[in-house]
Amino acid sequence: MLGGFDFDVIARSWRYLFLDGMAFTLRLTVFAMAGGVVFGTLLAMMRLSSFKPLAWISGAYVNVLRSIPLVLVIFWFYFLVPYIGAWAIGSDTPVRVGAFASSLITFVLFEACYYCEIMRAGIQSIPRGQVWAGYAMGLNYWQTMGLIVLPQAFRNMLPVLLTQTIVLFQDVSLVYVLSITDFVGAASKVAERDGRLVEMYTFVAVVYFAACLLLSHQVRRLQAKIAIVR
Amino acid sequence: MHYHWNWRIFWQPSPDGQGTYLDTLLIGLGWTLAVALSAWVIALVLGMLVGVARTTPLRWLARLGDWYVELFRNIPLLVQMFLWYFVVPELVPTALGDWMKQIPPPWGAFLPAVVCLGTFTSARVAEQVRAGINSLPRGQGMAGTALGLTLPQTYRYVLLPMALRIVVPPLGSEFLNIIKNSAVALTINVVELTARARAMQEYSFQVFEAFTAATLIYLLVNLVVVLLMRFIERKVAVPGFVGSATATGGH
Repeated sequence: MLGGFDFDVIARSWRYLFLDGMAFTLRLTVFAMAGGVVFGTLLAMMRLSSFKPLAWISGAYVNVLRSIPLVLVIFWFYFLVPYIGAWAIGSDTPVRVGAFASSLITFVLFEACYYCEIMRAGIQSIPRGQVWAGYAMGLNYWQTMGLIVLPQAFRNMLPVLLTQTIVLFQDVSLVYVLSITDFVGAASKVAERDGRLVEMYTFVAVVYFAACLLLSHQVRRLQAKIAIVR
Repeated sequence: MHYHWNWRIFWQPSPDGQGTYLDTLLIGLGWTLAVALSAWVIALVLGMLVGVARTTPLRWLARLGDWYVELFRNIPLLVQMFLWYFVVPELVPTALGDWMKQIPPPWGAFLPAVVCLGTFTSARVAEQVRAGINSLPRGQGMAGTALGLTLPQTYRYVLLPMALRIVVPPLGSEFLNIIKNSAVALTINVVELTARARAMQEYSFQVFEAFTAATLIYLLVNLVVVLLMRFIERKVAVPGFVGSATATGGH
């Protein structure tokens, strides 16, 4: 079964696979996580706002984006971002946006919905009394959130946020539909060029499996560590 | 920014010869649902078997179940699609592989997509089923043993009737997920809803009309499933069990 397995194709192309492909995937994952957590936290604060229209807008945004496939969202933003860019700088023609910027915007806006739900649970897990105590001491909303609620919410939700980031790491592979050279994209280009589909896709699967298994084990250890401290 | 809106595009004939653009989108919806529903059958059957296996006192069986779930959870769905579509026909015996490669379209892509989505989701279903069984008090299983029931009987008459009703709400969200995830099948040329919206954009250049229509259709399907799940949940809710009556399957 593995007799005809051509390991050489991996040896020949590993620089391209990792230095081009995996580098893109990791960069996109890290930046999208950072942007997604920030925007998601803002969405969560909006959703929990006592000002109803704000809560409603955030809720609608999150629920709509969570109801449609990521592939469709990727297509949406791929075509939408040039128009938004044109609108932002007041240009008449759609702005040309690079592959990385376009997919980064997509993943920040999309994953923010999932981070939002996590952060919402995190914020709600903090006893209300702490918020009242903050107000009683004369802190305003942003100070109460920034100094009391959010640090604890982040800490409690860190394992869940990281688990979602592992999902994001896997989701990034879907930029393949835009022919972008991420890890899967790079592998598929080599696979098509050399006619080595079996080797390349098996290799990609093994790499993802090992990486995600390792990461989720680390997250589980972190979870145990945090659980003991509390 | 000048974008030429043309909402009447949906009533114009589509170059794929399957009626108007609206028709081809609706046929796409049919494929989306066909993939999702067929895969759901596989996901439920395998997921329940694996979920139960992971809770049994048989250590090796539980370990096997754990590895099954890890395997399908730690590889991106897109890569799993490629494995089923490109790699599996090469690894099985030649005669079978040749037969798989000669299945006429659209079934040649449909079958791997269904198997892929089914096994992928089965790992997630297994996780829910395991959580459901583990949420029962340990005493229930012990009571079964004390009454002289065999292990299969304990599951059949004591644990599963309760656990399966508890996991209905999370399974509802998994069903919503399988509909969304079916869009990944477009990478192996299953022309479902998202693929057809994309094709419509390529033929007609009416990008935003095409994607708006697809989005609305997905939202509508979502709404129908959520309402349906709410009905089913109310039917199967365990009376007096916290959360089972109020939890909604959707978002």
